[in-house]
Amino acid sequence: MDMQVAKKKLGLKEKYQVMTRGLDWEPSYQKKEDIYPYASYEGIKIHDWDKWEDPFRLTMDAYWKYQAEKERKLYAIIDAYAQNNGHLNVTDARYINTVKLFLTGVSPLEYMAHRGFAHAGRAFPGAGPRVACLMQSLDEIRHAQTQIHALSNFNKHYNGLHDFRHMHDRVWYLSVPKSFFDDAVTAGPFEFMVAIGFSFEYVLTNLLFVPFVSGAAYNGDMGTMTFGFSAQSDEARHMTLGLEVIKFILEQDPDNLPIVQRWIDKWTWRGYRVLTLVAMMMDYMLPKRTMSWKEAWEVYFEENGGALFKDLARYGITMPRCAETIALEKDHLSHQAWGTFYNYGAAAAFHTWVPEKEEMDWLAAKYPQSFDKYYRPRLEFWREQAAKGNRFYNKTLPMLCQTCQIPMLFTEPGDPTKICYREVDYQGSKYHFCSDHCKEIFEHEPEKYVQSWLPVHQIYQGSCFPEGTDPSAEGFDPLAAVLQYYHLEFGRDNLDFEGSEDQKNFDLWRGQATKNG
Amino acid sequence: MSTVFIALQANEDTRPIIEAIAADNPQARINEAPAMVKIDAEGRLTVRRASIEDRIGRGFDLQELHINLISLSGNIDETDDELTLSWHA
Amino acid sequence: MHIDLRTVSIKPLRQTFDHVARRIGGDKPASRYQEGTFDLQATANFHYRPTWDPQHEIFDPSRSAIRMADWYAFKDPRQFYYGAYALARAKQQDTAEGNFDFVEGRGLADELPAALRDTVLKLLVPLRHVAWGSNMNNAAICAYGYGTAFTQPCVYQAMDQLGIAQYLTRIGLLLGDVDVLDEAKAAWMDDGAWQGLRRYVEDSFVLKDPFELYVAQNVVLDGLLYPLVYETVIDGVLSARGGTAVAMLTRFMTDWFGETRKWVDATVKTAAAESADNKALLEKWIARWRDRAAGALLPVARIALQEGADAVLAEVVQQFNARLAKAGVAL
Repeated sequence: MDMQVAKKKLGLKEKYQVMTRGLDWEPSYQKKEDIYPYASYEGIKIHDWDKWEDPFRLTMDAYWKYQAEKERKLYAIIDAYAQNNGHLNVTDARYINTVKLFLTGVSPLEYMAHRGFAHAGRAFPGAGPRVACLMQSLDEIRHAQTQIHALSNFNKHYNGLHDFRHMHDRVWYLSVPKSFFDDAVTAGPFEFMVAIGFSFEYVLTNLLFVPFVSGAAYNGDMGTMTFGFSAQSDEARHMTLGLEVIKFILEQDPDNLPIVQRWIDKWTWRGYRVLTLVAMMMDYMLPKRTMSWKEAWEVYFEENGGALFKDLARYGITMPRCAETIALEKDHLSHQAWGTFYNYGAAAAFHTWVPEKEEMDWLAAKYPQSFDKYYRPRLEFWREQAAKGNRFYNKTLPMLCQTCQIPMLFTEPGDPTKICYREVDYQGSKYHFCSDHCKEIFEHEPEKYVQSWLPVHQIYQGSCFPEGTDPSAEGFDPLAAVLQYYHLEFGRDNLDFEGSEDQKNFDLWRGQATKNG
Repeated sequence: MSTVFIALQANEDTRPIIEAIAADNPQARINEAPAMVKIDAEGRLTVRRASIEDRIGRGFDLQELHINLISLSGNIDETDDELTLSWHA
Repeated sequence: MHIDLRTVSIKPLRQTFDHVARRIGGDKPASRYQEGTFDLQATANFHYRPTWDPQHEIFDPSRSAIRMADWYAFKDPRQFYYGAYALARAKQQDTAEGNFDFVEGRGLADELPAALRDTVLKLLVPLRHVAWGSNMNNAAICAYGYGTAFTQPCVYQAMDQLGIAQYLTRIGLLLGDVDVLDEAKAAWMDDGAWQGLRRYVEDSFVLKDPFELYVAQNVVLDGLLYPLVYETVIDGVLSARGGTAVAMLTRFMTDWFGETRKWVDATVKTAAAESADNKALLEKWIARWRDRAAGALLPVARIALQEGADAVLAEVVQQFNARLAKAGVAL
């Protein structure tokens, strides 16, 4: 035992190796397939879990140390922001609607990611990926909570955020992000990793966070900017995990390639459809814009994603085919989405408006091929009608896509004047889709997607009224009953920004702050 | 050659880190955005511990980067002394 | 434009989120633990059944035989949300770091009596695999349990146990060399002293009921192992034989158990108080797993205590029974 002097100093890689890898063992009292029952049914073949490469080698002591430092900084800013009424520093109160969309649509997904990675982190038989997944599970509950804590102060002063958790499980447009994540966690653990770890975190998350967070910074929302950047520092680890997962699976067995390619195709499209909400937020909801949706797509998907898929070509992976459709949609996506929300502004938990003239000019400059030709005339018409007292709120429920659950608002690739409809007959029923890609996803797993809880169908079936409602009663107002079921307060959470309580309060409070009393 | 990037929060902690990266990677382009600095480089980017330590006058653990990191792209190789981002293609 | 807004007095529209207000008896200021915990998990309108478990919804209380009218009746007395958790552990790791530096810097490991060092390595290093088992099990409880109040602390527990496995690894490297890790793993795999415990851990891996798993791991196994190994053997017996340095190196584990047992007690107490059925089930589970764990730990205790092991273990079991009685479970 007198070998202390000869003791070898371990480098980062070796140290992490002994700290993590040696911990698991080949069981003998229980069968391996009983301990890891979800590891093989997807058809992915793994021969050697030890070939897994850990990109970042954080042991728990270092993790606690650095994460605590981030949390200290973050909560100091959240506290200061609340104490100083930082919300009154935002460019204008329309901005706050982006925050509403974020808390009701995205934060609950962070929580789902937490549980999903706990599941993946239990399900994989290899120590390396298990630890990486569990660390991500821990980070994801951080993201859900820091978002809730940072946005809690907005909830105290503005409408639309007050019952975000209840709304997420019920409100029609929130079934888009909800079904996206439900889809991922109900898939097997390998597909979950490709869906969330790779397609979402690596390929698409920059499009969610970087524009949203720089948008917050541009619009004077320091609280949101801080939680956003603080969360992103964890994302860098998560993205790397996503990339390592793909490489690892592909290196293990050539039979894995077609399965993985199909998952990448599917989840790039699924994720992209969810980002419709981000496109609309960037182009229409930020009073001070950072970059257009189209520009963000070009930088973060076409350029950066292009480099990624070129790198993965050595494994036989190709750019998802849906990229061609997306390229055709990028001039139209945000305009079509905002038009739809403007229509359904009575049933949404945030406010809508027609952009100001300078804002339309900005959109025209960013979208020279499409805005003036297709979208400006429509917006100007709506503004004129509203000025005449004819603000039109659509009360007819739209047809939804069976896969992505977005109303059928998208146009034919290459023809922005014609709505795109696709359909499939399956077991005696007809199912409807917004695109070829959503249709293909359904056709591959119809038994899964027939289960979709489609908000419009559910309303027609009577599942979305408060308990005890009698729809056959005289004067029954179905929209009012649905909004009650959503816990959406008519006249406070919904309708136009112009004339809203948010607008009045913001002006009043800011006036108190900037003028002598 | 494809571009790799690393994005860091813009603050007092990262100023010397960004300087060190710029000095060690002459091909890198530094792009400043609100509250954030994004550094792009063709093919490869290396962050060296020693270069950062020279600028801050104390020991630096490359894992401290995590505190101010926003995003990155490329394959990662991390040792005690350097962190490298690269694309194979 | 930056305005100094501090001086403006504004009356907020509401104090907290509605779902929080419904749970704390009206609209009043809520804590970060409450806002970061209540109703975070989805409970309604799931879109698809898990392909890996089509008998259940994504989150489904029927995965457990424990029945709760409200799974948010569980409360973590530490009120850990992520930020509070990370700060608490960062402080403890700072202390642990100081202790490792102290022992290493003064060469205290080399001054340990050879026999004692040998005993410590034989006893502690294989326990890294037990901690790994707990990491697996708490990941499972977090994934398949119901309600954030119950599942959230389990991800913290899972990662704590990974941290403990890594501290045990460092102790092995400090008192020995990389080889001691291989020797400990060989003992864990084949040495008779460890086979009861390894069987216990592997059997826990196949439990499907997240609450029974909670009982087998967090209530019973940790409830006997930590008082036996860290509080009694390391802090008591071995310290008296000149092993104080070792007690410094396991300070994290001692403090950690002192803290986490309060959460475990609160969880058992809440579940048992809910109904006579829950109470009966908990009594059955705890008694069954306790007897198995005690049997498995006896040969492990003998590594350090030899023939004294039976009496010490009996004492630990007795204290365990007393602790559970306070939580409302009579054994």
